[in-house]
Order: sequence, then C-alpha cells, then structure tokens
Amino acid sequence: MNDFFSAFADDLPQLRSGLWVTLEATVLGALLALFLSFVLGLMSLSRLMLSRGVSRVVVEFFRGTSLYVQLFWLYYAMPSLTGYDLDPLFCGVLAFGLNYGAYGAEVVRGAVNSVPRGQYEAAIALNMSPAHRMRKVILPQAWVQMIPSFTNLLIQLLKCTPLLWLISAADLMTAIEKLRSRTGETLTAYLTLLVCYFVLAYALTLLMNLLERSAKRRLGLATGGRSLLKSRSAVPAARTTGGAG
Amino acid sequence: MNGDFDWGTVREAFPQLLDGFWTTLLATVFGILVAAVLGLAIAIAGRAPTRLVTVPVKAVMEFIRSTPLLVQLVGAATLFTSVEPLTVGIVVLGIHYATYTSEVYRAGIDAVPKGQWEACRALSLTPRRTWQAVILPQAVRNVVPALGNYAISMFKETPYLAVITVHEMVYQARDYGTDNFRFTEVFTLAGLIFLVASYPTSLLMRKLEKRLGH
Repeated sequence: MNDFFSAFADDLPQLRSGLWVTLEATVLGALLALFLSFVLGLMSLSRLMLSRGVSRVVVEFFRGTSLYVQLFWLYYAMPSLTGYDLDPLFCGVLAFGLNYGAYGAEVVRGAVNSVPRGQYEAAIALNMSPAHRMRKVILPQAWVQMIPSFTNLLIQLLKCTPLLWLISAADLMTAIEKLRSRTGETLTAYLTLLVCYFVLAYALTLLMNLLERSAKRRLGLATGGRSLLKSRSAVPAARTTGGAG
Repeated sequence: MNGDFDWGTVREAFPQLLDGFWTTLLATVFGILVAAVLGLAIAIAGRAPTRLVTVPVKAVMEFIRSTPLLVQLVGAATLFTSVEPLTVGIVVLGIHYATYTSEVYRAGIDAVPKGQWEACRALSLTPRRTWQAVILPQAVRNVVPALGNYAISMFKETPYLAVITVHEMVYQARDYGTDNFRFTEVFTLAGLIFLVASYPTSLLMRKLEKRLGH
C-alpha cells in the first residue's frame, strides 16, 4: 500500500500529463460531439427529405456500430487505407465526437420537438424569420431541456476515455497501469484510478449543473441552490433507442 | 502497406468473426440477465425504510455508474485470475448495467399508483406478498422495453471483453488482423455485424415502447 503511494508521488509528472491527455480527449471529444449534435439534430428537423435522410443514416451508422470498433477502425484500418498514421489522441477525439454526436443529435431533436407549438406560432405571428425564430425563441427553451441529457452523455464519454490506453495514447489509465505493474499493488492501483474518474465525473456534473442553472435563469425559471449538487439520473431524459454505449 | 479493400479477406474472415459473435451474444444475454435481477434487488433495497440501507446502496451505485467499465473489467480480471474471463466479464457487465437498470425499475415502481400500496395495507398483506402479488407484476411490465434498450447498448460494449481475453467478435477480428496484416476488412466487417444486429433490435424496441404506451 505504502509502496504504491510513494511510487505515486514519484510519478506525479507522468500522472499529471496522463490526466491532461484524458481531459483533453474528453473536452475536445465533447466539443466535436456538441457541434455534430446540433448539425445532425437540426438537419433531422429540416423540411428537406434529403437533409433528414442524410442525418438519419449518419446517426444510425454511428450509433449502431460499436464505439470500440470505430476507434479501432480509425487507429488500425485508416493508416492501411490511406497511408497516413493518425495520432492516437486525434483518433480518440474523432471517434468519441462522432459516436456521441450521433447520440446527441437525438437529444437535440427531442428537445426542439418538445418546445410547445404555441411558441412557434407566436414567433411566426411576430413575423420573425426562421433563423431568428430558432435562435431567439426555440433554442433557448430547448437548450434547458438538452442539458441533463448532455450531462449524461458527457459522463459516458469520460468513461470511454480509458480506451485510449488500448491505442497507446499516454492517458491516465496508461500512467496508473504502469505504476501498477511496477509496484504490483493491483487493488490499490485500480481503486485509485476509479476514484480519479469518479472525482472527474462529479466535477463535470457540477459544472453542467451550473450551466443548467444559468440557462434556466435566462428563461426566468426559479432554481434552488440544492439542485446544483444533485447527481445525474441514469435514465436519459430523452428516451433514445439503445441508450448511450 | 496494403492499399485496397480486399473482398476475399472479408469472405475468409467471416466464419471466424461469426464464431466470436456467438460469444458476444452469450455475454450480452447473460449480462443483461444479471443486470435485470441485480437491478431489481437494488431498486427494492433503495426503498428500504431505513437510511442505513438506502444511503450506502445509493453511494455504491453512483460510484459504479460514474466510473469506466473498462477499468472495472481490467481490474476484476487482474484480481480474479483464477476465474474464467468470460464469467468475470459477464458479472462485471451485469453489475455495471445493474446500476442503470435499477433506475428503470425505480421509475417502473414509482409508476404503480399509490392506491395499490394502500389497498395492500388495507388487506393487511405482508410486505413480501405486496411486492410479489401486486407491485412487481405491474412494475415489471413497464420496464421491459427499457431493459431491452440497455441490452442493445451492452451488446455494443461487449468488445471491451476482448481486452480481458474473452474470445468475442472483436477479439477474433484482431486475431485475424494480426495474423494476416489485414485490419481494414475485419474491423469494417465487425462494425457492420454490430450494425446489422443492433439496428433491427432498436426498431423492435421502439415499437414495443410505443405499444406499451410510453
């Protein structure tokens, strides 16, 4: 036990850089996913059949094939097809972004659909252009509904980052795995790693709760201070087939 | 390296991947069984009258739910080397997903009208009879589609089992890939098999959800 923690202290620089890689993959992956969620989600609400169709196919493709396979495909198959070796972190960000973007698109679609019809009608009556209507009336209301589901997806994404270890990116899991094999303290090492992830997940949840509160405030909805500390619900708010995986 | 996509390889690797597919399916089916039973137990424990039970149950659940499945799998496999990897995989998958399914059961139990509980008390049924004869039969019906959805998402996470040397589909794909230096074909094929198996099941679940009035 003490062996492990003294080695832990010695390896602090590597652990810090591992933590940094994990966070980088999470944040960049989440940003790409957020962008794709809106693009694909709004496309699926379009009146054009082509745009709806493209969005449907992309979403079903990335949800239906496993994330693990997508990541490995990018890492192992892409180089032999194109001749370029991709950086492991880049592969990770791309795979996480595409996969969670597909799940997020359903969240966006569901949230926009759940804004009451009357809001659209009122915006039309006020002679707003479609883009203006979306930006000023529909999205601010839909956004509040999206946040809890996005929080769930964000934590799911964080929980996928140990996959980077398998494609030899120097992430947090890699750093602790090295410590484990050196000290032989399996139980302590993995428990430490799990606690690290738990702390990260809870910190991200708190940040998202803050975001949710500020979004609600902008709509003039009351929020109590206690809601900031609440944990996530396991059942996604917008029921999407297959859950996140 | 090998530039083009070779269909011959696809044909040649298919039997080996299909072989792994049965293990994938087996892990999913038994994994969701463990999750379904354990999830129900957690949901019932979460409704215990004393906080001595509910608080620790909630804490452990939150911890398992917020930490990566891959770390849990690798950790368990390294600690229990004498147990068969497939068994370790099924148990860990089951426990991980039980933290999700328990919430499904909780929602299902909450959806049973309060009057049903009161009627049970009025008839002075024991807690055991109340759960068995009145509450669960009504609650379980509501949770079947949601459990199905978790089964699909578990199915897509079974490739993690390859890491702990369970010979499932992706393990076989990597095996074939390293032997023949052909990764493109086998990973594409594995992805397509996942798609072909999970998409129709998703559609079926969506239909079932609609039929049960969600």
